[in-house]
Amino acid sequence: MAEKNSVLIDGQVVPLNGEKSILELTRKIGIELPTFCYHSELSLYGACRMCVVEIEGRGIMASCSTPPVPGMKILTNSPRVQRVRRTVLELLLANHDRECTTCDRNGTCKLQDLANRFGVKKIRFGERDLKLPLDTSSPSLVRDPNKCILCGDCVRMCSEVQGIGVLDFNGRGSSAQVTPAFNKDLAEVDCVNCGQCSAVCPTGAIVVKDETDRAWAAINNPEKLVVVQVAPAVRVALGEEFGLPAGELVTGKVVAALKRLGFDKVFDTSLAADLTVIEETNEFIDRLQKGERLPQFTSCCPGWVKYAEHNEAEYLKHLSSCRSPQQMFGSLVKKHWATELGKKPEDIFVVSIMPCTAKKYEAGLPQFTTDGVPDVDLVLTTQELARMIREAGLLFDQLEVESFDTPFGFTTGAGVIFGATGGVAEAVLRAAHELVTGEPIEQVNFTEVRGFDHRKEATVEIAGQEIKVAVVHGLANAKALLKELKEGKVHYDIIEVMACPGGCIGGAGQPISTSPETKKERAKGIYNADKLSQIRKAQDNPVVTKFYERWLEKPNSHAAHEALHTAYVNRSRINGEQIQLLTSKQKEQVDVAVCVGTCCYLKGSYDTLNKFMQQAEAAKVTDKINLYATFCLEGCEQSPAVKVNNQIINGVTPDQAEKVFKEKVLSKLE
Amino acid sequence: MKQELLKTTPEEEQSSTYQRKFEKVNEVINRLGRSRSALIPILQEVQEEYRYLPEEILTYIATALDLSPASVFGVATFYAQFSLEPKGKYVIKICDGTACHVRGSDPVREALLKRFNLEGKKRTTDDLRFTVETVSCLGACGLAPVVLINDKIYGQMTPEAINLIIDEIMKEDAEDE
Repeated sequence: MAEKNSVLIDGQVVPLNGEKSILELTRKIGIELPTFCYHSELSLYGACRMCVVEIEGRGIMASCSTPPVPGMKILTNSPRVQRVRRTVLELLLANHDRECTTCDRNGTCKLQDLANRFGVKKIRFGERDLKLPLDTSSPSLVRDPNKCILCGDCVRMCSEVQGIGVLDFNGRGSSAQVTPAFNKDLAEVDCVNCGQCSAVCPTGAIVVKDETDRAWAAINNPEKLVVVQVAPAVRVALGEEFGLPAGELVTGKVVAALKRLGFDKVFDTSLAADLTVIEETNEFIDRLQKGERLPQFTSCCPGWVKYAEHNEAEYLKHLSSCRSPQQMFGSLVKKHWATELGKKPEDIFVVSIMPCTAKKYEAGLPQFTTDGVPDVDLVLTTQELARMIREAGLLFDQLEVESFDTPFGFTTGAGVIFGATGGVAEAVLRAAHELVTGEPIEQVNFTEVRGFDHRKEATVEIAGQEIKVAVVHGLANAKALLKELKEGKVHYDIIEVMACPGGCIGGAGQPISTSPETKKERAKGIYNADKLSQIRKAQDNPVVTKFYERWLEKPNSHAAHEALHTAYVNRSRINGEQIQLLTSKQKEQVDVAVCVGTCCYLKGSYDTLNKFMQQAEAAKVTDKINLYATFCLEGCEQSPAVKVNNQIINGVTPDQAEKVFKEKVLSKLE
Repeated sequence: MKQELLKTTPEEEQSSTYQRKFEKVNEVINRLGRSRSALIPILQEVQEEYRYLPEEILTYIATALDLSPASVFGVATFYAQFSLEPKGKYVIKICDGTACHVRGSDPVREALLKRFNLEGKKRTTDDLRFTVETVSCLGACGLAPVVLINDKIYGQMTPEAINLIIDEIMKEDAEDE
């Protein structure tokens, strides 16, 4: 052995520097071992067996989950390794729907890529004939279990990074599948449509719902004025689809491409983001002065909003009531711009190009309509736009740059940085001090809130008052922050939450990439675009000022609320599930339901339920009561909640139970 | 007698059973604790109470243990001992391990399926009296073919013998009611 603290890889002496796995070591010396289930941001799983190496004296081992030991002799490409890898691939392919030509991931599929790379030309094991149904219930995603190779990447992404756990394995052996709970469809469970599962899926088992056909139909409909808005994060990622480096700013080319595709007007979502900054900052200042509903949470991210609606009902009133920039844009176009043009809302077809899958869901929400017509008619992801550009045969890298159309085309750096985590917070900070005091600020860069740390914090002074800011991305980080907030361990005034790691630049609608470097480059591109902007602050946007004069009066006015704000829905109820504990046999009866949903459960609603049961027995009225344990009465703010006939009673803690039972239930039976 | 078997339990009885069962779920969770590792023992005890794992109860357990319902569903579907479908009052397990198989466990199974009119994937009678399952080995190979009905072992089974045993069970069951 040449050195004490080293291993031998393919005859090369490699020193050890605390690497946790052989895989890490091989990557350092320029050997790219194939993997399906290994992702640096997820936990180790060791399931796919693609990364196998041969270790002298130990045989074939998975390199991702084997730590290197000094003196190990490792072969990464021995005949045995080659044989095992190929067999693993063949077995995976035998169980996989190999309709590659019609698959959304044709060309970006890792299984296809590795089969090609390792020269798998024949599959000895035939084909699986059982075809499982597709899940097309979600507005954002399509799940095809026939293409799943059970690597579990989506399962770990959803539970570890997003803290939700919508998907998990069920069944065993050849009938194992990855599905939501109880084999339900995605639309029936608490999926927030962030699509991160599809971003890590190595195959086409979970893909973004493709709606390019609807875009072509609108473009080819002469009766529609087709306008398109482009989100900030798209301009630093679309180039990747056409061989340009990640993070390269291709704004002008995106505009040119959209015009060539046939869109009548090309606008910038960043303008609506500037408007969001003004509305949200004014809302924050108002709350700050009144000292209510703090901390204020941002509401631009539909993944986070839906997460909060499902899991954090008691904080819903803390969310900014601002619509997201996408919806502000759609609302202004359909409510005000259309009128100016003398058109009806249905004459204009609004398309969004978004880095995000959840935006598809958001655009379909019933509250975002004008005269019954959706404000945003169609949301396409960056991936789908790339597909349209390819279909039209446009040579993207050779397009001459063009600029956005008026009036929704003039943007500031503040609106652009919305695309990266910390951007909304920074844009608000650029505006807050000035909006309160009227004095302009010199320093517009708030670098503490930039970057990829799980939680970023900053303390700034606004008009003599100290404001604590927190920024989180990835919903598991949001979940952890909320937990500390509830326990009183932390205190913040304003909190930015983005569902996807890295913010919108890491959205699931972006070009497929598993390298963390890609996101960093995209973020760099965003801040570069900000630096290049003539105007860096939302409040300085002359078009936004004009919008207030023409349509919206002033920030947080009635008109602004009509067009730019919204309300949230408590979605913590689990559909139709309640457990009946007592059934009345008498004519005279009372319905009593005790909530055992998460919030109420944690505050002791189960003990309340037990007390009710004891009381009913003691008063000998068990035959006069329909007693239910139910899963959410949507009274999470003052839990535990109890419903007697149609009246909801909040705050029925176990020590209140006896009193409430006597006053509200027994009194009705006397 | 068939008519009697189809009769559902009276409402009040059902309601108080449900109450008792739900109390039991809470008692089990409190006793075994709310850690992840308690999940399987909790599911086992709860299943004993309900004879299967109802969806709303699994969701309730997930809430109590701070797990996602999908994970709890995953565990409940991984182990053959858990059932998400209501099982019969009498669960008949026919051993189909090597020894039992060669000594004729198949005809025994066929006889039961035919008797209970269980076709396709159906394994439980409509009146929720009987469930017919196969298991891989009961560890009583000397008595092959072996059948386990709830906790009782019956050895050296034949189609005729198992039918007689079922007759007996049905008679006892009718007397109990």
